[in-house]
Amino acid sequence: MKTLALTLAAGFAGLALGPAIAADQADQIIRGQYQAVLGDCAGCHTKPGGKPLAGGLPLETPFGALIPPNITPDTETGIGNWSEADFRDMMKTGVGHNGVRLYPAMPYPAYTRMTGQDISDLWAYLTTVDPVSNKVEANQLPFPLNIRLSMWGWNLLNFSETPFTPDPSKPAEWNRGAYIVQGAGHCGTCHTPKSFLGADKDSVFLQGASLQGWFAPDITNNAQSGLGKWSEDELVQYLKTGVNAHSIASGPMAEAVENSTSKMTDADLKAVAVYLKSLGSDTGVAQPAKPDRARMVTGEAIYRDNCSACHGGDGAGAGALFPALSNNSIVAQGNTETLAQLVLAGSQAVHTEHARTTPAMPSLAWRLSDQEVADVLTYVRNSWGNAAPMVSSGDVAAVRKELTQ
Amino acid sequence: MTKILPRKDVVIVGLGWTGAILANELTDQGLDVLAIERGPWRDTATDFNIGYMQDELRYAVRRDLFLQPVVETMTMRNDPSQTALPMRDFGSFLPGNGVGGAGVHWNGHTWRFWDSDFKTRTNLTNRYGAARIADLQVEDWGVTGAEMEPYYDQFEYLAGISGKAGNIKGQLQEGGNPFEDSRARDYPNPPMQMTYAPTLFAETGRSMGLHPFPTPSANMSRAYTNPLGVTLGQCTFCGFCERFGCANYSKSSAQTTVLPVLMKKANFEVRTDSEVLHVDLAAGGKSARGVTYVDSSGEAYFQPADLVLLCAYGLHNVRLMMLSGIGGIYDPNTGEGTVGRNYCYQTNVGTQVFFDDKNFNPFIAAGALGQTIDDYNGDAFDHGGLDFVGGAGINCIPTNGRPIGTRPTPPGTPKWGSAWKKATVQGYKSTLGFSTQGSSYATRANYLDLDPTYKDRFGRPLMRMTFDFPENDVRMSNYLSDRMEEIAKKLGGRQYNVGRLKKGWNSVPYQSTHNTGGAIMGADPKRSAVNVFLQSWDVPNVFVIGASAFPQNAGKNPTGTVGALAFRAADAIRNHYLRNPGAPLVQA
Repeated sequence: MKTLALTLAAGFAGLALGPAIAADQADQIIRGQYQAVLGDCAGCHTKPGGKPLAGGLPLETPFGALIPPNITPDTETGIGNWSEADFRDMMKTGVGHNGVRLYPAMPYPAYTRMTGQDISDLWAYLTTVDPVSNKVEANQLPFPLNIRLSMWGWNLLNFSETPFTPDPSKPAEWNRGAYIVQGAGHCGTCHTPKSFLGADKDSVFLQGASLQGWFAPDITNNAQSGLGKWSEDELVQYLKTGVNAHSIASGPMAEAVENSTSKMTDADLKAVAVYLKSLGSDTGVAQPAKPDRARMVTGEAIYRDNCSACHGGDGAGAGALFPALSNNSIVAQGNTETLAQLVLAGSQAVHTEHARTTPAMPSLAWRLSDQEVADVLTYVRNSWGNAAPMVSSGDVAAVRKELTQ
Repeated sequence: MTKILPRKDVVIVGLGWTGAILANELTDQGLDVLAIERGPWRDTATDFNIGYMQDELRYAVRRDLFLQPVVETMTMRNDPSQTALPMRDFGSFLPGNGVGGAGVHWNGHTWRFWDSDFKTRTNLTNRYGAARIADLQVEDWGVTGAEMEPYYDQFEYLAGISGKAGNIKGQLQEGGNPFEDSRARDYPNPPMQMTYAPTLFAETGRSMGLHPFPTPSANMSRAYTNPLGVTLGQCTFCGFCERFGCANYSKSSAQTTVLPVLMKKANFEVRTDSEVLHVDLAAGGKSARGVTYVDSSGEAYFQPADLVLLCAYGLHNVRLMMLSGIGGIYDPNTGEGTVGRNYCYQTNVGTQVFFDDKNFNPFIAAGALGQTIDDYNGDAFDHGGLDFVGGAGINCIPTNGRPIGTRPTPPGTPKWGSAWKKATVQGYKSTLGFSTQGSSYATRANYLDLDPTYKDRFGRPLMRMTFDFPENDVRMSNYLSDRMEEIAKKLGGRQYNVGRLKKGWNSVPYQSTHNTGGAIMGADPKRSAVNVFLQSWDVPNVFVIGASAFPQNAGKNPTGTVGALAFRAADAIRNHYLRNPGAPLVQA
């Protein structure tokens, strides 16, 4: 919190003309800034290289594009005309200033669990952000979805305003973790499978879902597909630095680490880890069929030529630089979109205070055919303690098509 | 029409090793720093892609990562009586280009020069008398080995050097170099695991009473996280170092040690594909106002800055000084002028020993994986009864066994045809090579200036290089060839071939990219271009950082000393210069 306080103090220094801020008000703003970290507001509402919270890059949803709006206190193009009550209603119910209905790409179905105090703190912080004039036309959806009133029906079917209710049988740490994961942290927005209407399927909470060309993996404690092989400390390390012995964050999670989890307190990260490690079970895990031997032989040859220099002949990787592929639940996910993405397009690790190297996986799309990528992934998914279904060239082709569009 | 840009605290010309180090240190100080780099942005995964980096034809033969002569070349001649002609292709040396500079494609030999190297003139005069060096123009550096030690240490820990100290706090260390100066602590990483050729070379040398030790290497012997928090991986012995970027994050360079941290800083910016034409001086020529550069679209810009750091390749630093009017250009006839003075090189020859019964597997290799013998280097041996000064390290560092270039054949083998092919097959795995890395001492007539005839694409005069191996260095090299021959005989192969240096430096075959001097440091402004902190004597808000500062070259690769000088200059700027910006740190 010390750095946050310092940053904020520096921000106030720039507001020489503003009124003096009382100490309790300053505390509230600092708390609100931390809520913005937990909620990763910047992840969607700030463009890479853009002004903070002045509007983001389009979110490609299965229903069409939505552009995260300008949430700076600019009166013309931001939320400068909003009242705190407007803001609280929006966070709790998805209905904003002047009764405008939001689309659930704004994760109000998660934010509805936040306490009134946390929302109030967040509001206090947002009012202190530099106002930026930047008009954003958020709604790029096709008819009839572009009629915001349609969300009235969606909410009726899929949404209920539910505050977070602590489980008195569980320790405070677990409840804190549950509150962050289900509420501000909105982990399920990416990691929970969606219904055909785009609503979270609560029965499979956090068991992995596909978005924007990536597969957000199962983050329950399932030993095969989830975090079962990760210790709490390893999970904390991953969220704090973007890297641990099992994995390096890539794709949208890399952004979440950079903007949000790397800035959370150690206590909150521990709480999140305790909670996530309590979810799910190993029942119903089917042993996949043995992969085709010819494909394994081909895959191994491709692996030796293309992958082993960094990831090792035995898949052991190299510490924080090259992730171990052995005993790796990310490698063994049911959905292979992320794996195909990584091989075809490459990926660069995020820069965090405690992991500064930003090593990168190179793109191999120009070098490997869809069949070769499928073979090498099949080999990796069935070697060194991994067991997962074979990958087809069609799976890879679909990702390649997405990438080249 | 030159566009005028907003002012910066510091502008750095060139973002290689020295530019990255200075930028990181000065941004830590809170300064707003801009680096302007002539070549492209380069990054490990995209530009040194593991899938195509080991392309010998593209990178080693066609030299894809190097400076191309169309961008900048120079003219050369062996002595002032000749007319210099432009080098239409680089051959003898290969300057770098792009972010990371030559530090991208080096082998990684990382040496400390000795106290006796820094006091060359005084030391040789005291030991052998002034007459002994009458035909040389060697100088003292104006620093001592002890003063340089902490900066060597900083560079070695930044770069994760693998090695074995020979002398820690005055105590000789078993297995290290007994001739090196005392150091505060050991290398950050242990020596690399040796392959067979250097192992055999070391055993043989030891049996002759010599003192072999592991060559200090910028190839990682294990994974290493440096003081900036940047991690390098263990070297895989792929044998693609020199002329290649490392695809495995295993060879230290600006990319693998500094840039991941530097590029995230809000007070740092790099503009690539932008060539600085000259440093702009204020009226009177006593201070720099900034630099003028041209981007890839041909647009010209004036970038004002309070402090200008020339961090380009040493030769290019010298030329930029000449083109900008920073200091007077050296004239060998009068001995006046300092810029271009004391251009030196490196004096190297090789030896091959051909065996029938050995397999060295040369493809298992790394750029600095080997053993060195320093018994005949610098001041390690007595030159009393000899007819030269200086010396060389003898190195067995089989850097690679790449298929196009590695064709060791004994003398007398045809240059082509079936006999050549047969000899190639026979020689590939069973040949042991080693070579000298010899000192290069300054003379009056080896120097750099501007060519009177030839110009570059912007109409600026090319730099003219006048150089030949001095008689002293030829004698030194031949003495070392005799020593190599003794080792070759002792190794006992079927046949050996010992190289012999002759006068007449040839710019075509590759020899060494260790061009030093031209903007040398020193205590006397009449005999040096920069002071002992690398600050220009003539324009005090310009610092000139690189091997251009070496008064002469020792029998060692220069990068370790270049890195140490960069840290020393940064320290001087942070702790002294900034207290009184624009003032000289040393009174002339």
